[in-house]
Amino acid sequence: MPTIEKKISLIRSKFSVALLRPDLGAIVGVVLVFLFFFLVARDTGMFSLEGSMNWGIVSSQFIIIAVGACLLMIAGEFDLSVGSMIGFAGIIIAVTSVVWGWPVWLSIISAFVVSMAIGALIGYITVKTNLPSFIVSLAFLYILRGMTIFIAIISTKKTIIGGVTEVAENDWLAPFFGGKIFTGAFDWLAEQGIIQTFVAGTKAGQPVVSGIPMMMVWAIVLIIFAHLLLTKTRFGNWIYAAGGDAQAARHIGVPVNRVKILMFVFTAFCATVFATTQVIEFGSASADRGILKEFEAIISVVIGGALLTGGYGSVIGAALGAVIFGVVQQGLFFIGVESSLFRVFLGVLLLLAVILNTHVRKLITGAK
Amino acid sequence: MSDLPLMELKDIHKSFGNVDALKGVSISINAGECHCLLGDNGAGKSTFIKIMSGVHQPTSGQININGKETEINNPRDAIDAGIATVYQDLALIPLMSVSRNFWLGRELTKKVGPITVMDFEKCNSILMTEMDKIGIQLRDPTQSIGTLSGGERQTVAIARAVFFGAKILILDEPTSALGVYQTSNVLKTIERVREKGVAVVFISHNVSHALAVGDKFTVLSRGETLGTAKSGEIDFQELQAMMSGHKELSELKK
Repeated sequence: MPTIEKKISLIRSKFSVALLRPDLGAIVGVVLVFLFFFLVARDTGMFSLEGSMNWGIVSSQFIIIAVGACLLMIAGEFDLSVGSMIGFAGIIIAVTSVVWGWPVWLSIISAFVVSMAIGALIGYITVKTNLPSFIVSLAFLYILRGMTIFIAIISTKKTIIGGVTEVAENDWLAPFFGGKIFTGAFDWLAEQGIIQTFVAGTKAGQPVVSGIPMMMVWAIVLIIFAHLLLTKTRFGNWIYAAGGDAQAARHIGVPVNRVKILMFVFTAFCATVFATTQVIEFGSASADRGILKEFEAIISVVIGGALLTGGYGSVIGAALGAVIFGVVQQGLFFIGVESSLFRVFLGVLLLLAVILNTHVRKLITGAK
Repeated sequence: MSDLPLMELKDIHKSFGNVDALKGVSISINAGECHCLLGDNGAGKSTFIKIMSGVHQPTSGQININGKETEINNPRDAIDAGIATVYQDLALIPLMSVSRNFWLGRELTKKVGPITVMDFEKCNSILMTEMDKIGIQLRDPTQSIGTLSGGERQTVAIARAVFFGAKILILDEPTSALGVYQTSNVLKTIERVREKGVAVVFISHNVSHALAVGDKFTVLSRGETLGTAKSGEIDFQELQAMMSGHKELSELKK
């Protein structure tokens, strides 16, 4: 019966197409994680508005750096300097604004310019020397961290520089990183009694959640931008090609080096967004900020289904990977589990994700 | 066939430092003709096609395209002159979809509001038509190249080159890694392309594959042309022997 066979093969092929979605694993992972915490942590307030804001913000932080790392990994490269870049950009903002007295907007723009230029340099060295970006960016992990501590020490004799909140008070750019939006809507919701208000203390009467923090807005904007860039534009096609097979892409006329360097710049941009939101939020910069962030970004991307070898992956997957990260980290806190176990969980999850991805890769390329 | 060759390479020399890779190679290529370039490993085949495709520049010698002396300084020049090269294993990107591969570097775009995006609808429908013409049954334009067989991949790469206006198609060992059945499919594709008036330069060290589609055969040995013969003037044994260097030029030239 050839028609039945045909139908079966069609169903099977549709099934395997679904399996080949890079973000399938992350979608399943997110569902499982939410299900688990919903069952064990429902009574802890984890899923109240306030609790959700808590893991939502942590997830957004992971998303911001994961999006950059995702496009870069699909383009076939790594950046291990992301964590150091976060510390570096933060210290630049604090030193130039607090110590040197620059207006905060100029400090923020300077941090972006310098970080993105360093990102371009890492990319340039990588494509020109043909060295693995793993090594080139590892060098910058140390160079940038060292420079960050050095700059902080020589300018203030301290590794933590505070006082940013005061100088940023009437700045026009700072609220794009540290403010909240829809505060009016949240006030109104509180007045209607839909969301709770603080009952005591200095904030008595104000809603427990006063708006959507810019950190979340950045996370969402970056996801949308990167996802559209990757899947809808011709530049996105070149990102896949640069990571899938750089030589073949060059033969066909794709400017592979330019694509790769731009992705390093984008990763540095994301790291600086992260740094700026933290500096404005906390009102201080610390030279040790961002440690291990590069690995957390890479793990999110891998959980999201991207291949470490490049050419395959999804921004949505990476974002979901970051959400898994944020929910589990905060969820363990809500249910009172020793937080060190979070790292054990991460390690296990990373291993499972890599094994799954390798299998998927064999399915797509038809390799045995 | 017109008398004027599409492309002529005369007395091409190429040295890399002290090593003379090519010591005077001449061939002429006509439209609608499959010209086989045969030779053992190290005979200079790959150096020669790299000169044709602009990757290398000759140390001395003359290149004529449509009868006009032309310099090919880089791969872009070659592409602009209608010379397309399909490399053995560097043609396509296995993790990407057939459609994304086909249009890579020449993506069709459209405007959605202020942003320019790829026009997947148009890309996919043209692709399906082209694949149909060349005899590849695609389930879906978004399936990855990795799901196609080696022969189908070569065929897609050839179809792409022709679609984008190649007048001279250089195929670097397209059949060397393939089984019998897939080889015959690729050879059929070459036939089809040639009928369209495209000049095919078919590089191979497999004499029987060359004899199956070739109109002319040029044998290279140690950087020199041993001679060119037309289809029917030469048989398997002679070509094979010439490639391994047993026979002299004079015995073959007519």
